[in-house]
Amino acid sequence: MKRRNFYIVSDGRLKRKENTLYFESGEDRRPIPVNAIYAIYALGSLTVTSKALSYLAREGICVHFFNRYGLYEGSFYPREGLVSGEVVIRQAEHYLDHDKRLYLAKAFVEGSIMNMARVLRKSGEDDSEVISALQALADAGRIDEVMGAEAVARNAYYSKFDSILQEMKFERRSRQPPENEVNAMISFGNSLLYSAVISEIYHTQLHPAISFLHEPMERRFSLALDIAELFKPVIVDRLIFNLVNRKVVTEGDFDDRFNGVLLNENGRRKFVKAFNERLEKTVKHRKLKRSVSYQRLIRLECYKLVKHVLNAEKYRPFVMWW
Amino acid sequence: MIDEMYIRGVQVNYYFVCKTKLWLFSHNVSMERESDAVRLGKLIHRSVFDRDEKEVRIGPIAIDAVRRGDVIEIREVKKSRAFEKASYYQLLYYLYYLSRFGIKAVGRLSFPKQRRSEEVILNEDAVKEIENVLKEIPGIVEGEMPEPDYKPHCRKCAYFEFCFT
Repeated sequence: MKRRNFYIVSDGRLKRKENTLYFESGEDRRPIPVNAIYAIYALGSLTVTSKALSYLAREGICVHFFNRYGLYEGSFYPREGLVSGEVVIRQAEHYLDHDKRLYLAKAFVEGSIMNMARVLRKSGEDDSEVISALQALADAGRIDEVMGAEAVARNAYYSKFDSILQEMKFERRSRQPPENEVNAMISFGNSLLYSAVISEIYHTQLHPAISFLHEPMERRFSLALDIAELFKPVIVDRLIFNLVNRKVVTEGDFDDRFNGVLLNENGRRKFVKAFNERLEKTVKHRKLKRSVSYQRLIRLECYKLVKHVLNAEKYRPFVMWW
Repeated sequence: MIDEMYIRGVQVNYYFVCKTKLWLFSHNVSMERESDAVRLGKLIHRSVFDRDEKEVRIGPIAIDAVRRGDVIEIREVKKSRAFEKASYYQLLYYLYYLSRFGIKAVGRLSFPKQRRSEEVILNEDAVKEIENVLKEIPGIVEGEMPEPDYKPHCRKCAYFEFCFT
């Protein structure tokens, strides 16, 4: 059975009865066969029984929790099933050695810039300003300079959003709280993507806390932040352009009663559905000569990192080729 | 005992299937995904040879089934004959391992799905062959990861995406 992501948007309880998980919400009781679950995204207020948790752990299923603002709160990350002490030690070596760390940090930013440029070109926008940040990146000798080049590229990239988006205003990036609808969607989309990357890292020998671009102490799963940078333009931003310009998501899907703008439950449902469709969407992989989903591309990125730290093959970041 | 005695049976098998797989497996880089092929293999192991002792672990080796008679017979059960040579040497290694403890046994390579089996005997030539393999394995494991070599069977391997992405 193909395993899929489950997104639970409404409030309720997750219970285990024999070898089936049930999601109960009011009178409603829905079975979820455990070998159909890849990961669970708890977007509503979810109660999980300890029996359900231990079952999920045994099956190696991650559960990602979000707060009522749609922001990532934390994950249930089952005891590691795939451990290689050697991979972890070599991963740490690539953090501790300045040149090795710089190489990987630059690779993530380079891939991220190339993908931003690709997204702009696909929308008929000029990408030269974004591309020119590559020079500053090449000259960077420290991690903060790498971060600086990334920020320059991202500002140039965001400055084009208002000409791509026909139905909503973006103006500028704002978070905590997002000031408008587009910002609300970027924050929510990035949270979902971050969780998806955590799930992929879980299925490899990589240690989720040892990162290269972001500081490992920044967040518990900082490696997911590094890898997510590559996929934000491709997965989240393009999805938002699509939802806005096709008028799938409209003003009525937001709530501005808080000190900012957020997707309401209906908006979240639409967004999550479209997000998952995108993760499941496939492209033909040039080297593998087989179809791979966008979600699988994230896993392949993890594999490339494992090979890099094992000295088997130098890491080259994912750049959208279609 | 001699120092090659920590080598696992699967490692002998992988030596013949793929050196990259041998290296990755030996460094604990395994793939999580249980393919249908792996599940089928497990099911076959569970469902055949009811009367035998199954999954007998001795040090680094795990013998699929043991039958006690006038002479002990050990079995290695395989789903298909795809990697017959690899399976043959894996079983040969078990016979060799037992012989080092003074246990004489015969081997049977068994393909229940095809309703076929073959006898495997450890003679002097076989001893030499298996000793050569056992000498080479540590060198491969301690070296750098061997570059994957694309073969038609790679596409079915759990490591395919890892190797060629």
